[in-house]
Order: sequence, then structure tokens, then C-alpha cells
Amino acid sequence: MADPQGFLKTRERELPARRPVPVRIRDWKEVYEEQELGQLQRQAGRCMDCGIPFCHSGCPLGNLIPEWNDLAWKGDWREAIERLHATNNFPEFTGRLCPAPCETACVLGINQPAVTIKQVEVTTIDRAFDHGYVQPQAPERLSGKTVAVVGSGPAGLAAAQQLTRAGHTVAVYERADKPGGLLRYGIPEFKMEKSVLDRRLAQMEAEGTRFRSGVAVGEDVTGRQLRDRYDAVVLAIGATVPRDLPVPGRELDGVMQAMDFLPPANRVALGETVEGQVTAEGKDVIVIGGGDTGADCIGTSHRQGARSVTSLEIMPQPGEERVAGQPWPTYPMIFRVASAHEEGGERLYAVSTKEILGEDGKVSGIRVVDVQRGDHGFDEVEGTERVLPAQLVLLAMGFLGPEKTGVVEQLEVELDERSNVRRDRDYMSSVPGVFVAGDAGRGQSLIVWAIAEGRSAAAGVDRYLTGQTALPRPINPQDRPLVV
Amino acid sequence: MTPARFSAQPADTGLYRREHEHDACGVALVATMRGSAGHDIVDHALTALRNLEHRGATGADPLVGDGAGILTQVPDAFLREVVDFDLPVAGAYAVGLAFLPVDEAERSEAVARIEAIAAEENLRVLGWRDVPVSSELIGQPARDCMPQFRQLFVASASGRMVGLGLDRLAFCLRKRAERETEVYFPSLSCRTLVYKGMLTTGQLEPFFPDLSDRRFATQLALVHSRFSTNTFPSWPLAHPYRLIAHNGEINTVKGNRNWMRARESQLVSDVIPGDLERLFPICTPEASDSASFDETLELLHLGGRSLPHAVLMMIPEAWENHEEMDPARRAFYEFHSTFMEPWDGPACVTFTDGSLIGAVLDRNGLRPGRYSVTDDGLVVLASEAGVLDLDPTHVVRKGRLQPGRMFLVDTEHGRIVSDDEVKSSLAAQHPYDEWLHAGLIHLDDLPEREHIVHTAASVARRQQTFGYTQEELRILLTPMARTGGEALGSMGTDTPIAVLSDRPRLIFDYFTQLFAQVTNPPLDAIREELVTSLGTVIGPEGNALAATAAHARQVVLPFPVIDNDALAKIVHVNADGDLPGYATHVVRGLYDVTGGAAAMQARLEEIFAEVSQAIADGARFIVLSDRDSGRDDAPIPSLLLTSAVHHHLIREKTRTLVGLVVEAGDVREVHHVALLIGYGAAAVNPYLAMESVEDLVRSGAIEGVTAEQAVKNLIKALGKGVLKVMSKMGISTVASYRGAQVFEAIGLSQELVDRYFTGTVSQLGGIGLDVVAAETAARHAAAYPPDGVRLPHRKLGVGGEYQWRREGEPHLFDPDTVFRLQHSTRQRRYDVFKQYTQRVDEQSERLMTLRGLFELGGAHPREPISIDEVEPVSEIVKRFNTGAMSYGSISLEAHETLAIAMNRLGARSNTGEGGEDEDRLMDPERRSVIKQVASGRFGVTSLYLTKSGDIQIKMAQGAKPGEGGQLPGHKVYPWVARTRHSTPGVGLISPPPHHDIYSIEDLAQLIHDLKNANPDARIHVKLVSEIGVGTVAAGVSKAHSDVVLISGHDGGTGASPLTSLKHAGGPWEIGLAETQQTLVLNNLRDRIVVQCDGQLKTGRDVVIAALLGAEEFGFATAPLVVSGCVMMRVCHLDTCPVGIATQNPELRKRFSGKPEFVETFFEYIAEEVREHLAALGFRSVEEAVGQVSAIDATKAVAHWKAAGLDLSPIFADVQSPDGSARRNTTTQDHGLEKALDHHLIAIAREAINDGTPVTAEVPVRNVNRTIGTLLGHEVTKAHPQGLPDNTIDLTLRGSAGQSLGAFLPRGVTLRLFGDANDYVGKGLSGGRVVVRPDRAAPLQAEQNVIAGNVIGYGATSGELFLRGKVGERFAVRNSGASAVVEGVGDHGCEYMTGGTVLVLGSTGRNFAAGMSGGVAYVLDLAADRVNRELVDLSRLRPDDETVVRELLGRHVEWTESTVAAQLLEDWDTARERFTLVLPRDYQRVLDVRTAADAEGLDINGSEVWERIMEASRG
Repeated sequence: MADPQGFLKTRERELPARRPVPVRIRDWKEVYEEQELGQLQRQAGRCMDCGIPFCHSGCPLGNLIPEWNDLAWKGDWREAIERLHATNNFPEFTGRLCPAPCETACVLGINQPAVTIKQVEVTTIDRAFDHGYVQPQAPERLSGKTVAVVGSGPAGLAAAQQLTRAGHTVAVYERADKPGGLLRYGIPEFKMEKSVLDRRLAQMEAEGTRFRSGVAVGEDVTGRQLRDRYDAVVLAIGATVPRDLPVPGRELDGVMQAMDFLPPANRVALGETVEGQVTAEGKDVIVIGGGDTGADCIGTSHRQGARSVTSLEIMPQPGEERVAGQPWPTYPMIFRVASAHEEGGERLYAVSTKEILGEDGKVSGIRVVDVQRGDHGFDEVEGTERVLPAQLVLLAMGFLGPEKTGVVEQLEVELDERSNVRRDRDYMSSVPGVFVAGDAGRGQSLIVWAIAEGRSAAAGVDRYLTGQTALPRPINPQDRPLVV
Repeated sequence: MTPARFSAQPADTGLYRREHEHDACGVALVATMRGSAGHDIVDHALTALRNLEHRGATGADPLVGDGAGILTQVPDAFLREVVDFDLPVAGAYAVGLAFLPVDEAERSEAVARIEAIAAEENLRVLGWRDVPVSSELIGQPARDCMPQFRQLFVASASGRMVGLGLDRLAFCLRKRAERETEVYFPSLSCRTLVYKGMLTTGQLEPFFPDLSDRRFATQLALVHSRFSTNTFPSWPLAHPYRLIAHNGEINTVKGNRNWMRARESQLVSDVIPGDLERLFPICTPEASDSASFDETLELLHLGGRSLPHAVLMMIPEAWENHEEMDPARRAFYEFHSTFMEPWDGPACVTFTDGSLIGAVLDRNGLRPGRYSVTDDGLVVLASEAGVLDLDPTHVVRKGRLQPGRMFLVDTEHGRIVSDDEVKSSLAAQHPYDEWLHAGLIHLDDLPEREHIVHTAASVARRQQTFGYTQEELRILLTPMARTGGEALGSMGTDTPIAVLSDRPRLIFDYFTQLFAQVTNPPLDAIREELVTSLGTVIGPEGNALAATAAHARQVVLPFPVIDNDALAKIVHVNADGDLPGYATHVVRGLYDVTGGAAAMQARLEEIFAEVSQAIADGARFIVLSDRDSGRDDAPIPSLLLTSAVHHHLIREKTRTLVGLVVEAGDVREVHHVALLIGYGAAAVNPYLAMESVEDLVRSGAIEGVTAEQAVKNLIKALGKGVLKVMSKMGISTVASYRGAQVFEAIGLSQELVDRYFTGTVSQLGGIGLDVVAAETAARHAAAYPPDGVRLPHRKLGVGGEYQWRREGEPHLFDPDTVFRLQHSTRQRRYDVFKQYTQRVDEQSERLMTLRGLFELGGAHPREPISIDEVEPVSEIVKRFNTGAMSYGSISLEAHETLAIAMNRLGARSNTGEGGEDEDRLMDPERRSVIKQVASGRFGVTSLYLTKSGDIQIKMAQGAKPGEGGQLPGHKVYPWVARTRHSTPGVGLISPPPHHDIYSIEDLAQLIHDLKNANPDARIHVKLVSEIGVGTVAAGVSKAHSDVVLISGHDGGTGASPLTSLKHAGGPWEIGLAETQQTLVLNNLRDRIVVQCDGQLKTGRDVVIAALLGAEEFGFATAPLVVSGCVMMRVCHLDTCPVGIATQNPELRKRFSGKPEFVETFFEYIAEEVREHLAALGFRSVEEAVGQVSAIDATKAVAHWKAAGLDLSPIFADVQSPDGSARRNTTTQDHGLEKALDHHLIAIAREAINDGTPVTAEVPVRNVNRTIGTLLGHEVTKAHPQGLPDNTIDLTLRGSAGQSLGAFLPRGVTLRLFGDANDYVGKGLSGGRVVVRPDRAAPLQAEQNVIAGNVIGYGATSGELFLRGKVGERFAVRNSGASAVVEGVGDHGCEYMTGGTVLVLGSTGRNFAAGMSGGVAYVLDLAADRVNRELVDLSRLRPDDETVVRELLGRHVEWTESTVAAQLLEDWDTARERFTLVLPRDYQRVLDVRTAADAEGLDINGSEVWERIMEASRG
């Protein structure tokens, strides 16, 4: 550790400024300004190099946070990215998109604001790309084994990169026109610009990973065919079945799943035109669901020129502090303000949607009621029913697992009680040689878990193919975040 | 003869091993210079012996002593009259007592055999005499193994041999008789005769009526009283031996014996007749250290050297760093060092050849020795003054033995020979200086070679081959390269030992360092560096029985770690043919990795043959190198290679022909270097570690130093670290550490150890060569992956040994356990607590600890009982203690939280060594019940001890056994300083040893002192688990400790060098079991309570400890975690973010612990204990203590490494021979009722009751120990602040025993006319002690010794006036007392932190070492004897003059000192003769405080503190 007193010298948490709201909602660029490097290094210097780094434990990837904090503090960026890449294939993704359970586990966070770990991470990788430290890492020798990875989200990409580097020949299948999965069309440009994704894909291609975009496994090629053609198959197809809202009026025009709304918006933001795109322009938008997807919808709606944006959350508004049941170092439910929340709109808590109202088959508003926790779910609070105007209602209430048709059905892999693909300790499904990684096996989760899954599943595949493996295996299939 | 003969020593049982027995003792010599023998000398000697009784010991049976004996001249007149055969003239026959078999047939066979050997050795047996004995006097156990006693008389066949010549023949007979028969001869000589046995000091004379016979006359006598750590009677182990009686311990004996064995092939004598081969081995296997010393000394002496010469070869004084030494004398020592390594360890060796008699102290002066000479030529020297009641009017000289100095009496010529004279005449015997000048080769003189720089890729590849981790680069190498010192860590270790680890571990990790505790002290290699030496010579060794110029043909190595360039010089030493006869052979220590263990073994055999051939061909240096490994060839672990070759050469007896140099890539920490040297290497070249730091500098990872400097720093850190490792074991020179094998193996199979690490103990068996090869191959595969694919971004493993990492070693405390423990105790969630304990206990998937391998239940489980029948939680918690953590190392908040919690539970917290603030001392709610007494003695006052429930003597601590501690100045905040009686901002050091414990009898003395200081307190002795700890514990029990604590190696909350943290000491499971077994075997278990601590975390841990024999349990880390500790492991940095290990007020505010949490923790632990007890069918902890059969270790261990372990020695179900209990059922007999103090208390009763002044006069003897302490306790109890000055004024006459006036409180004055022994005024707490010669004494006070060593140790206030000279370490760690003395020995004012010392005479060397506070004024100071590290010298300042004059006046007033009176008379001249010795930091702080006070600031406030910190940084 470079400076044992660092955390006493720099007491405050300093993050890069977000661009002013009026400016940033006029474009799709990332919302953060560049942070002065010295300030960032001072933040890295607040790291206490703990005997038990809870951050390192809180991170599903096991990022070597104290190590690269120290290196960043010293300005040894080349070594810092080396250490960061040791556990994380894509720090540029997690550095932008991860909710940073490392920071809520940071020991400094017991009684001071946590180290800005995520910011150190993203700075480290961005500098590395800028300075040419990120080079293709092609294997010295090929094993002669082939692997198909289905899905090119973070889990699929991580598995593919690990397996390619271990000497296997890997083809990544993606039904969209370009690889990246949610990273490309799910995540708005203002959270992560697509160039960030593309430069990583370029590295992967240079390493020998093959991308088969626009091929829908299950339709264009069947699961069985894939299994026959490759020595192993990795299903990284995500948890794409959205939770629905079974209320009257659900069928009305202008009521849609977030994942039907965001991808077209992203494409348009990138300059494409999308036939029949629904936009928020000039509308009163209601976003149902207070999670990250909801926030993406809010930010996107503002940028499209919504008249108003209101988000609804059935849970009560959390406090600013941890509650007793969510002690350090667990990831607590506290009131957080994402960049999209700053940009306007209203956040309603403890409200439930009773009905969607419409005119002429189009949505015109929703009827909501305040709720509170009862013995069995939520009880309505009498006399609080009201109608909110809406011309666009976006459903962002989470996902229920992988699609059960198509490749899952064709390969006849077993599902578990949560309707995710069942797998063993090595991430292998009930069908020999067919592995599963990411949300398809775990259920809806965070990008950092997805990368960890991809890395771990790759170790399982490598062992399956060669009888042994030196690939790291950061998590077990059953690992979950620490809770009481 | 087997050593077990004539002894009741059991065979090795369970974990008990005979070889670990220790002893220590009292010795005395009496001689007359009047020129005639007399029986009075025998009488004197026996009287002296009886007066040393307290230095010996008895076991469970008070009628069985540990051994006593006497050596005299051959009493010719007496013998002539008691034998029924004719004797030739005196000197023409040799006589010796024989211990013969009791069985008649055996005996006659033995006698016949001896007579036959005598004939073969050209001796004629004159006859045998039955020696009368009174066997009814002695206890049954001693009688059971008692031999038959007869004296053998022999003369040379020709009858013409006399004196030394005859003794050489007798020597051959005796050696052979011992080898070939079952007879033991205490001596067989025409010059001296020994009587000894398994006797108490009082039994010796009546047992052997010969000794009372008036006709039995001698001019000299040696007597010895033994204190052994066991109770097994053994007749031969009593002293004296043939030439010596020894008080001390040879720490290096294992190596010395190995070297002697290796040396045998070189031995040639032209005076001892015949082939020496028949007398080998010189050192009897399995004999005691003293016996081996005696045997070697005897050989050197009979081989043609005078006895003093031979003694100086084996115990040279510390010549290496001695600036003042005469060059010829230095050459004498250096010359002999080329073929004899020092026999190192604390020792007072008394020796005699029948006419010369003398004594010598070890180089460090770690044993006491005092002598008196009377006007009629009587000389008495003993372990203490006053053993003979000499009339003071006839005593003309009183002196003391000094470190490295020899005291010698020539009875033939009737004079005392001075040290100078002895040594000068020896030094002049040969032109040693010239021989050395011509012979020694200095590396600096050899040609420089070009430095080679390796590429980063090459370095990385080889780092992989040797299993380097990122963590090692960062945590081990970087600090060494940057600072030249080893890094520190905190909070112990909680990772698996090597054999339980899933990861491939280096073979180094399977060894742990042994360390000294109790029976021999660790050295202080930092403050007392002058006695240490890292330099050696290497090369072929000459015949030890001769001295020629050729002996000096050696290469000088000033440092045991060498860089590549120095190595290259050795490799090319004779490149240009200049140095014929100095060929170097380089061995490639590589093997075919695909061949596994078979290939490794075969390659070792090949190497053996290769080395043997090389030696035959003339190689004199062997370089064992693991360079040049590649895809196919992996390196043989360097330690295995080195030790294997070393032992091969010892077996071949060619070892002394060559020097071994190791060029090793796997070496990267101090422990590695220490092991290589400990197993025979002369020098180590850690080339890859050096290349690694060069690479780190070049890559920018290490800043601020050049690559060259980084390498230098690394070498320095490694070498200095080795010095520290050596000193932990009490070994001061590399020459004697080399090959000393002071390590224990944990997890290596006996077969592997016997073959390659011969003589090392591995208690539990373990892995064989197959696993060693597999681990090597696994590392090798990282560099050369079998599939040819290397993973990017993962050059090296992450590590995780020192800090938890996901991919690293598992830790018992990891994020999960810390979190669950905190949450459960804070929210009172027993369910969550169970999740915590389950994760700690459940080790089926990840082995962590030995106890993890145990299963509760056993082969014949008892019926489980209902938990309702088990004793309640409230009873169990009384057995719990928290660990010793000082106030200072942890915050007030943390310290009080633990104390309050434990007090509420009726359990015990521990002050640690930092003292206790007075307001807490007086508050039963907040004080700690256990008061610790550690080497720093901070705040140890009469009041502190009086307010204790238990008093704990810390002999060692788990994290860093054998080392001292340091509280850096920036942590000595004003409130800490107040508690420790020191100065804010000035660093405090705890020395490695207690300066009043250099031996087991010293420990007994300290126990006695503390018991006097508070008779109601239990005295604990804290030990750390290591092999042999059981025998130490037995000694501790014999020394009357009430409690013995066995700590695991893994505990420890304080800062510690990483080497110690990881590599010293053993798991408590082994140490506790060994302790229990040894105590039970000795019938010593019932009188002592056994405590255990070290990473205890769960109820299961407690139950296992109980079943293995513990009845009380200590916890430290876990209660800290409960209080908020998150295992930052930065305790040493004062940056603890949770307010525990810090004094920073701001961080302290973040402390979140509460006593309630800690109480909950202990209640939960107790609840778990109840659950386990119920399941095991026990109603209480008491029932479970020692019930090892309730543990089952047969559970199949499928682990690839642990499968080879044999845990059965841990579970040996040992029975006590006399049927005494296997748990604590009774108490120790401290013998306090005999204390003189009861009389003093009676005298002082009125003063104690109502402060009425009293005076009285009392005679004293050396057996009156610890005078005034019990009285002081009574005073303090009634008057916590003491009484008005001089309320109790006592005058004593005679020789006072040890510890006169220990912990004496204010209001008591002890005025002694006579002299005193060691430890006068120890812990002085306001009282006054005056020692002055008798008014009638003719001797000149200032020229003579008035008191012994270590006076005023840890004194906090009060006054000492000593009219005369004193011994070593005067006023050590004084923190407030004033003392006046007229001359001091070495290390005066060492570690002083406060108070005033005035020395009116000469000082020894190393004055003021580690002195961080207080002032000293010294008359006519020899400035080069001052250790200037912390102090400055100057003339007296005006204020000082006042102080000095005042003290002089008081000295005159109390002692009538003529020196002081003269100085006062002519003050103007006198003042110029004084030097002020002033610690720098201390003065700086005082200046700041004075200035602040003048400004009206609060001198303890934060503003002043800031200034102090500013100043001390400045």
C-alpha cells in the first residue's frame, strides 16, 4: 500500500462531474465528464489495502481491487490494467454499468464514504485502450477443439474470450445484426457508448474469436445441429422473458415492454432508422419498475423529448442509510439517484397499478393506488386511488428466465424450479457438452455476475475438452451475493 | 552405554521426547591458594552447595533431587587408607567412581570386560573398592534406578606413566568401557575424582560418607546443583562431568555434534595412543549438551592443549566486533574459528584439571558468577554471592565473572591468573597473525567480474518455475529492497500449515523455527549487536588437535548472503591458478521433472557420488546451483539439496573438507536463508530474488532506489533477518548457527527426514519425496504448461498468504466469518452465530487446522446426555480469558470494552504489557484481572501487582516468539506514556529476553518475586507451542507457577516481522498435547492449571482444547472482531479504521464495540461448549479435561498431502506414574511461609497500621530471597500510594539473596551492610535500597563488587545507593528511579526510559543501548563504550550540576562513600570529569513540553502532541 494515511488525508469521495442536464439530454453521449487524473489517484490512495479486502469479496469477479488501486495511485497504469485484466475480461463494461457491490463492501464504507473503485476501474481500462496497452492475446497453440457460444452478451463474450485464449476455436452466435447482446441494444448510449463495445470486439476477433451475427440459433440453425458441429456448446442466451403486468388495459397501444422500447431507441441514437419506432416525444411517459432498466427508459424518454416522465415503484422509498437487516458489507437497498433520475421526472413509491386506461385503443392514463406492506403482499390504502395521464407506458419489472422455446427446447436441457437452465458444478447442463452461462442459468442478474459466469463456465468447458484446466473459476453456479 | 541407564527416564512416549530435556543449575568452586590440601575445602564446597539449594529443584517427591555432585583432587591420603590393596605414588594411578549394574551377573561380566579393555589399553587394574552409600536417605524413584558404586583403580602397565599421560590412557579405557559395557564412570583420572548422583544438595554428603571423612582432602572442589525440567531421576546426568560443571545451555549443540562427527576423520593425535577411531564418536549420541561439551573439551585438552586453551576454543569471547581487543588475541580467536565453531548459548562453565580451576562466562554474560577471595588464600566462586559465610574482615576482594572473561586459580602456584595473562600467553604460542595474513582469502581481493542483467521475460519465467506470487513480490521483496529491513505484519496467521494446504508449497514452509523460552534466553541482536557475528570463513578445515599455518587457508565471508558477483568469485577462485588446492565444483541441482520422485531421488544419489568424487579430486568449495532449469529439468528444492548433501558428507566424514555455497532460485525470504544455513550452507546466493528486485526497480514498481541499491538492501535484510532468527534461539554467530538445525519439521515423513534432514524432529509424520516432487512439478508446470498455452494477464499467482485473496490460501477469518461473527453478536442472533462456527469448524472441503482433522466422539463414545444436565453458561465462561493486548497497542475504548465484558462475566481480561492506569487499577469494573509482566516491565509497580487477580509472565508470544516488541514514538500518546511511566512521543522497546530470566531457575525466582508481591494472585507463565514445550512446561510447574499457558504459533494481535508471524512456533494442538503428556508423565499435572490460546474461535475449538488437557481458554482475535476488527492487519501503522489498534483520537471515535457484544460472544461460545459436552456425555468442562479418547482422528484423510500425517502421538493417553490426577486438583507450594518478610512485617506492623515510623536490624543470608517484597505488598494494600519516606527503616547485615527490595514501595528503606546478588531493586516502586560494605571490611569499596546483575530492572520510582561495583545491565528499563553506583558492567542503562543514574566508576561496553529516556551521569566515561544509536554525550549543564551534587550528597549520606565525598570536596575539578548521557528524542520532547508549558498550554493536549510529533519527525 502506497500511503497508509491516504484515507485520512482525503476524506471525501470525489467522482467525475456529470455533464449539466440541459446539455446532456440533448445528445446521447455518455453523461460523465473526464475526471482530473490527480483527483482520481487521490481517491485510489484512499484504499486501505485491507487484510481482508471485502471489496474483493463483494465483487463476483474477485477483482484485485487493492492491488490496482495501489498501482493507479502510483500511476503504474500498465501494471494496473494487467492486474485488472487478470480477473475481468471487460472492465470497460463493468466500470460503466456495474452497480459496484465492491463499493458497498468497501471497509472504508463502515464509517466513511467508500473508495471510488468503479471509477478507478474505468479510468484504468480507458487509459489502457488509449495508450495501446490492450493488445490481442492470441494463444500460442491451438487445441483443435471447437466451441459454439450462443449469445453475445457479457457472459457469452467472456466465455468466448477465455476459451479462445485457452486455444480452442470459438464461434459466437448472435441473432441480432451485430454482436453484444444487451450491451449493444439494451444499454443506452448515454450509459455506454458503442465504440467501447466495438473496440473490445475488435480485440476478440484479432485473437481468433469468430462472430456469427444475424444467426438465430433455434431457427436458422438448430440446437442439435450446433451440438453436432462443435465439441461443446455454451448457452449464454440471457433471461429475456420479461415479467408482464396483468391488469386491464395491458393490451392497449402504447403499453410496451422496456425491451421493446430501448433497442429501437438505441439504434436510432446510433443513426439508424427503425421502422415503426415508438418514441416518447411529446408524451406523458409512465415507467413501471424502479430498477436500472426503468432508469434507462427514463433517460431515453427525456432524450426523445417526453412531456413528462413518471416512474412507479411498488416498494416504499428506501432511506439514505442502511437498515439493520442489511448491514455492511451487504448490498443495501438505499435511495440512489442515477443520472437519468437527475434529468427530470417524478419517482413515485409504494404505488400499484390497478388498470391502464385508454382511448381509441391507445393508452391515455393509468389508475394507481398507494399500497403498504401487509401480511400477504401489499394492501391498498383506501382513498388514494388516482389516475395519471399517460400516452406511453413502459414495463420494466424484471425478467423471468430464458426463452423456453427454440434452442432450449431443441437441446432438451433440463430447467430448474425457477425455469432457468439447470447446470452442475462445472456449468454443464443436463446434456453432456452443453454448458450454460449467465442469466440463462442464474436468472436475471448483474453484468458483473454475467462476466464471472462466462469465465467460470469457460473453465468447465476447458476441463470437459482437455481433462484439466488452468482457467480461473471465480464463482460457483450456486454462489449468491452475501446476505444475512 | 545408553543414557537411559541408571535413570527412570521414560522412553519417547506420545509427543514426549527425551532429547528435549533441559536443565540449569547452580555451580560453585572453592579453592585454596595456600598450597596444601585439606578437608576444609570439601566442607566449604558442600556448604556452598547447600546454600545453592534454591537454584536446584525437586520433582513431585521432595526427597528426589535433580542431581548434585562434587569434583575434587584425588584424595590420595584418604584412598590409600581405605583400599585393601597397594597404591603407587600419587599421580601414578587413576581412580574413578563407576556406576555398575545392580544385577550381580551383569556386574561381574561388566567388570571382567573392563579389566580386559584395561589390559588392551596398557593399563593394569589395581583393584576395585566398594564405595559406601546411605541409600536409605533418598526417595524411592531415585533408589529404583540407583547403580552399584565402586571405585576402579588403574595404573599404567609399565607403572611409569603419571599425570596427563596416564589420564590419556584412562581416557581410552573409559571411552571404550562406556561404549562396550553398561557402566558409567563419572570420572577416571589420576588428577580428579567425582562423586555425584540423583541427589538433593543436602543429600550429597550423607549419601557418600567418604565426603565426611576428615582424611578426604583437596585443594579445590567444584560443586553443582541441578534443576532439570523433568522429574525423571537420572544418575549420570548430575554434574560435575570430568572436567566441567556447567550452568547453562548449549543452544547450538545439535550442530556442534554434527560438526564434531564430521571432523572425526580429520583428527590425528600424536599424544593419545593408538587409532582414535576406537574412541569415536567423540560425542556420545543422545547425551546432554553439557556432556557433549565435556567430551569435546576433554579431547581437545588431552589432545595436547591446556585446559584454558581448550575452553577458549569452544567458548571464545566476542572478538569479532571488539575494537579494543589486542590484535594478537583477536588472531588467536580468528585462527581457532577456522576449525572450531563456538559452542554457543548462555553458560557459566567451571572447569578444572586438578590444579588449575576456573570459570568462564559466555560471550554475552547471561549467567551470574560472583567470587570472593580471603586474606588466607581461600577462593570461592559461585552462581551467587554469600554461599559461604565469610568473615567480612578477612575478605580482600570481591568480584564477578564477566562476559567472555576467564577467572582462573592456579592452586599449584597459589595465585589467581588474570584473564589478560591467560589470553596473552595463549595468543603468543604461535604466530597466528602471520598465519592468518598468509592464509585468509578475502573476496575483495579477488578480481571483479562483469555483472549480468537478465531480461524481464527470463525473470518472469523463472519466477513461475519457483512459484513466486505477486504478493511475495509486493509484501516480502519490495519492502526489503526499499528499506533493507523485513516487513511487518499484524494479527497472526490463520492460513493452513503447509501440509494441510491445497496449494503446492515450498519445502521451506514445512519447517518452523525453534526459539528460546525459559531455559535459555533469546538474544537481543539489535541492542546487543556487539556479541553477534554474521561473518564466517569457509574452506577445508584442519586437524582440530593440531595448529599449523595451513589451518588458516580459508575464504573469508563477512556476510552469509552473497550477491552474484561474490558467488562468481568463489566459483572462479582458482581461475588463474593462483590458489592451488582451491578448486570449486558446481553441482547442477536439477532433475528430470517427468520422472517424478524416483527421478529426484536418483538425481540426489548421483549428486552425492558427484560431490564425493569432486572432493576426492580436490574440490574445496561446492556450489549447489539450481540455475538453468528448463522445460525438462526442474530445480530440486534448494533446502532438500543442501541438507541432503550436507548429511551425505557428514556420514562420509568429508564434510569439513569443503564449504557449501548455495545458489538458489527459490530463496526469497529470511526464513529460507535461515534454513539453508541451519542445514549446512556457508553462504546463500538468492539470485532470483535479487534479479526480481532489480526487475521491480527497472519496471518502476519500486521507486526511490537504484537496482544496485535494491539488491544491496535485499541482501542486508535477508542477512540481518537471519541474525534475528538466530538470536531468537540464543545463538549469536553464524559460524555456530550453521548446521545447528534449530528447526522442527511439521508434516514431513520420518523417512524423508531421516534420509535428508537427519536429526530433525517431525512429530506427526507427513509427506514424502513423492509430494515434494509433485509440488515442484506443479510450479514447474506454471512456467512450462503441458498444453503449451499460457494464460494472459496471469504471469504470477496472486498469493493470499498474508492478506486474504479469493484465489489464495483460505483463511479462518475471511469475509464470510468476520461478517457473520459481527452480525450475530451485535444483533444477538445465535442462528447466525451457528453459521459462523459452522464455516470455521466445517473443514471437510478445505483443511485449515489440525483440529479440523479431528472428530468428536472417539472409538468408544460415552452416552450423550441431556444438555440440561451440563453445567450452565455462567460456569463455563469463568474459564475464558482475553488475550494479552497492551493499552497502547490497542485503544482505551477497545481495552476497556474487553475488561468490562470479562469482569461482568466473571472471566478475565489481560492488561498486556502496557501497565494499567491508576484510575482503572482502582476500579473493579474496568480493570483487567490478569496483569501481565513482560520484558518491558511497563508500569509494573507494587500497586499494579497488588491489584491483580492473576499475574502473567510472558515468556513468548505466538506471533513472534523469542522477540521483543516496539511501540513506535508516534503511538506513545500522552495517556499511553502516563500508563507506561514514560515520555510521550518517545518510542518504547520491549527487549527480546526478560533480563531477569536467563534460565529456569531465574524464572523460578521471578515467580517467587511476584508471588511475594501478591500472595493471593495466581502466577501464569505464558509459553508458545514448539517442540519441547512440554518439558519447559514441566520445568515451569516445578518452578511453582500456578498456571501455564500454551499459545499457538498462529495467534497474536500485535505487529511482528512476517518471518516470525509465519514461520516460528507450532500449532497449539501439538504443544498442548505435549504439555499435558509431559506433565502427567512427571506427576506434575495436578498442581498446575493449563491454559490454551491461539485462534480459538468456536465452541468446538474449546472442547478440543479441553480434551487435549486445557482447563482454561484464551481468545484474542475473535473478541476483537466482535468489537469491530475487520482484520485490516495494519495494527502497526496506527491507522486502524475501526478504532481498535490505534491511539489516534479521531480513529478511536470510530470504535463501535460494546461490552455487551463481547459478553454475547462468550455466552454463545459457552453455549456451544455445552452442546458438545452433552453430545460427548460430559456434565462439565472439568470432566472433559484430558479425555483424549473422546477425539477420533481415524477419519480417513483423503487430502493429497495430509494423508501421510500420523496424529496418534497427539492422542497418546498417558498415565501418571503415581496415579496423580490428569487435571488441576491441588495448588503449588510456594514456600512463602519461610520468607524472612513475615518477620519484617511483624516488625513493621504499626507502620502499616497507622504510619508509625519503625526501625530494626536483621541479619540476612543469600537464602533470604526477595527481601522486602511481601512487606511491600502489605504496605501497598493498606496505602496504595505508599507511606511517607522512611517510615519503615530496616538495616540488614550479611549477603542478601536475589531480588533484594523487589517492587519496594514508598516509605520503606532497606539498608544492607554486606553484599547483594542479582536483581536488587527490581521493579522498585518508590522505596529505597542501600547496599554498602560492612564497616569493618578491609577492601576498597569502589574496587569491589557489591551487587550482581540486572539491578533496578523496570524500576518506576525510588532510590538505589550502591557503594561498589555491580554487574551487567544496570538500571535496565529503569523508568523513574534514581540510582547511584560506583561502577557497572556491560549494557548499563540499557532500554532506560526515565529516571536518573549516576555512575562513579568504570562502565562496561554498550552503555545506553536502546536508552530512550532518562539521563545518566558518568564519571570519566570512556566514550567509545557508549552505544550512540539513541543518545548524545555532553558536558554537564547547569541544571545537571545541581542534580549530580545532590545525588552525590545523598550517596555520601546513605553509604559514606569516599569516592562521592572526594568528588564533592573538589567539585570544580570533579564537574569536568562527568559526562551527561542524554537520549536525543527524549530531550527533543522535553524541550517541546517545557516550551509549551511556558506558553501555558496543556502539555498533554493535542496541540502539544502535534508539536511533539513534528519534532520527533524532524
